[in-house]
Amino acid sequence: MSDTTRTSEPSTRRSSVRRAGRARPILLVAAAVYLALMVAWAVLPGLFAHGDPIVGVATDGLQAPSAAHWFGTDATGRDMYTRVVFGSVHTLVTALIAVLFGLVFGTGIGLVAGSVRGVVDAVLMRLVDVLLAVPSLLLSLSIIIVLGFGTTQVAIAVGITSVAAFARLARAEVMRVRAMDYVEAAFASGGSFVSVLLRHVLPNSLTPVIALAALQFGTAILSIAALGFLGYGAPPPTPEWGLMIAEGRNYIATSWWLTTIPGVVVVLTVLAANRISTAISERNRA
Amino acid sequence: MIQKQLAGWNASAPVVEVDGLSIAYSGRTGDTAVLHDVSFSLGRGDTLTLVGESGSGKTTTAQALIGLLAANGRITHGSIRLGGLDVTEWSSKQWLRLRGSHIGLVPQDPHNSLNPVRRIGDSLAEVMNLHRFGNAPATRRRVIELLERVQISEPELRVKQYPHELSGGMKQRVLIASAIAMRPALIIADEPTSALDVTVQKTILDLLDELRAESGTSVLLVTHDLAVAADRATHVIVLKDGRVQEQGPSAAVLWHPQAQYTRALLADAPALSAAVRTSDDVRAQLALSQHAEPVVVVNDLVQVFSRGRTLPGLRAVDSVSFEVRRGMTHALVGESGSGKSTIARAVMGFQKPTSGGILVDGVDMTSVSGQQLRQARRRLQMVYQNPFGSLDPRQSVQQILVEPMSNYRIGSARERQQRMLAALDRVSLPATMAAKRPHEMSGGQRQRVAIARALVLEPTVLVLDEAVSALDVTVQASILELLSEVQRELGTAYLFISHDLAVVRQVAQTMTVLSHGVAVESGITEDVFASPQHPYTVTLLDAIPGRRAQSRAL
Repeated sequence: MSDTTRTSEPSTRRSSVRRAGRARPILLVAAAVYLALMVAWAVLPGLFAHGDPIVGVATDGLQAPSAAHWFGTDATGRDMYTRVVFGSVHTLVTALIAVLFGLVFGTGIGLVAGSVRGVVDAVLMRLVDVLLAVPSLLLSLSIIIVLGFGTTQVAIAVGITSVAAFARLARAEVMRVRAMDYVEAAFASGGSFVSVLLRHVLPNSLTPVIALAALQFGTAILSIAALGFLGYGAPPPTPEWGLMIAEGRNYIATSWWLTTIPGVVVVLTVLAANRISTAISERNRA
Repeated sequence: MIQKQLAGWNASAPVVEVDGLSIAYSGRTGDTAVLHDVSFSLGRGDTLTLVGESGSGKTTTAQALIGLLAANGRITHGSIRLGGLDVTEWSSKQWLRLRGSHIGLVPQDPHNSLNPVRRIGDSLAEVMNLHRFGNAPATRRRVIELLERVQISEPELRVKQYPHELSGGMKQRVLIASAIAMRPALIIADEPTSALDVTVQKTILDLLDELRAESGTSVLLVTHDLAVAADRATHVIVLKDGRVQEQGPSAAVLWHPQAQYTRALLADAPALSAAVRTSDDVRAQLALSQHAEPVVVVNDLVQVFSRGRTLPGLRAVDSVSFEVRRGMTHALVGESGSGKSTIARAVMGFQKPTSGGILVDGVDMTSVSGQQLRQARRRLQMVYQNPFGSLDPRQSVQQILVEPMSNYRIGSARERQQRMLAALDRVSLPATMAAKRPHEMSGGQRQRVAIARALVLEPTVLVLDEAVSALDVTVQASILELLSEVQRELGTAYLFISHDLAVVRQVAQTMTVLSHGVAVESGITEDVFASPQHPYTVTLLDAIPGRRAQSRAL
């Protein structure tokens, strides 16, 4: 008995490895399709949902998911599916701006710090350390309080929290690439500091940074939803995902779909962004 | 005493019998056969050398003999018998009893082969514990005995040290000690010295020889260096593209080669070829250029590296002076840490020396910076050791070769294109290469591109920092041929930096020998070879592989 289990064990393990290997591209395709759907929702919400995300039919309040209302309805009778579709633009655009903000400023700081070194590096990195020292949610909240409420303000607030991660990664990559022979060779063949930096160092350090950007996209969505949940994001009745989860909280005992379905949409978006980030860094390694 | 408990191991059978062995690696595009119908046998106390270039299948053969083929590797045909046991179909579990106890492995790179967080003594005890050598005190005694055997000083101290506290040569000795711990019948040494300095290489190979003579252990030595094979082996197998080109007793193979490929290899091996020029030729050449100013003058160069506040600075280069004349080659020779690369970087203006002067084509490299330095580099180019690291992986060959010209705003776009193609042609690469990227090329092709990039600006001085050390011997020979052709046609002066004295003898008219940053000897290369003055130079010359075999043959 024990003999048979022992001999069969390696073969099962091998086949499960094979299965995982085959499943991997399927997961990646699923992630890409899902994100593409989210983008389509954001760009052309009217094509996917015909109702009104703001004004509901009061008599249809708190209906469970059905053929007529895929995601159910909320207390004021608004169709949740319509609200989720129209909400995607708020969440995705805010997340995109946040990531771009972090990417541009973080990579810029990292590039300067990693290539100039010396005092500039020390000063910039201590500033980054300060950013890292403050909890990111607290930092976002303080920035929103300073900048005021609004989509752009939320985006900047979330973006600033990711500057530190981008700066650290970009600096490490720049320092790695800076030590390569081909960078020295570029200087030897007469390249000026800036031209070598832009032509050789930056492009060769960018791949892991792009992978981090995809990862940060997921994190940013989560942060934006969290800020919305706390009431620091878009004001009601905006169909923002985090705000929707917060609004549904009061009905969680009776109407599970109000929090669960937007929650699942957020989770899936984050997971899809993670999967794509992994694919980018894997391709980089290969 | 250690008992050989393995059932079926026959001490009187040949240690290795390989019959018609073929191996294939499976990949995305199907199976790739890497070894075809290889047969040989290795008797007790013999040394068999597998010689070949990268990709010849020599390492695959060695891996198959110890059951460590890569996961996608598979024996498609033939059989392997070790000590009379047919191990062809063995599972990884069966191999465990053989590895370490009957077969010892000495890996290629000692720097990455010891667990950095384990003490030397624990690393050595591991193999003995795996094979139940004995109780703790007995194991400890054996560890000390082994370290003494491989000639490591102060073994009681070493067992408590960590790998980073030991030099490369000492680490390789520890690994040899680990390989012989269980008195194996066979030691497989895969390029055991290619990561080590030449003088260290000699002592390590001597040690392996001694162990073989004293305990009757057989040695399978894998090497790309024909000269090493010539010195050490009783039998030689020459492999190319997974096929045996020639095999037999080493004297027969090396001095009366039958196969075309063996002859080519022998002709390309710098250590086994004779001098290419006499010192009188060089003296005449030097006399001719006497009135002209040397293109590189290094005078009393000192480079001190700070080692923190507590330690005194490290004098990496200590009062070194030499000259390179127009159209000639001067070699800087030394082992790792001798300061030769530091000098190269100072000459290139990448690093300001602590004191001393460097004149390149009349420009003082120690004082220029910014634009002046950029202009000076137009006449001063460099080729790096590793062609895999010196080309930007994102650029095409065309972009690589055009970039220096656009940096100096030379010519129109069309002229640059023409010069790019001319440069490719000069290094004997087809014009179709222009569209390729580095990862699509072989090491030799990449090094040609690196040389083309250096030549496209038509420099007066080319610094070659170990420029052929990472290449296979036939590729090395063709690159050296290319370099001397360029020198003849363009009159470029070379500062040739190398640890390989045999190569230096082929290319350099004059040389400087460096040891720990000090120039211990300099002069005309042939004079130094004929009558070395400094004891360090004598040691270096003695360590050149192939010398033993040559003196035996004479």
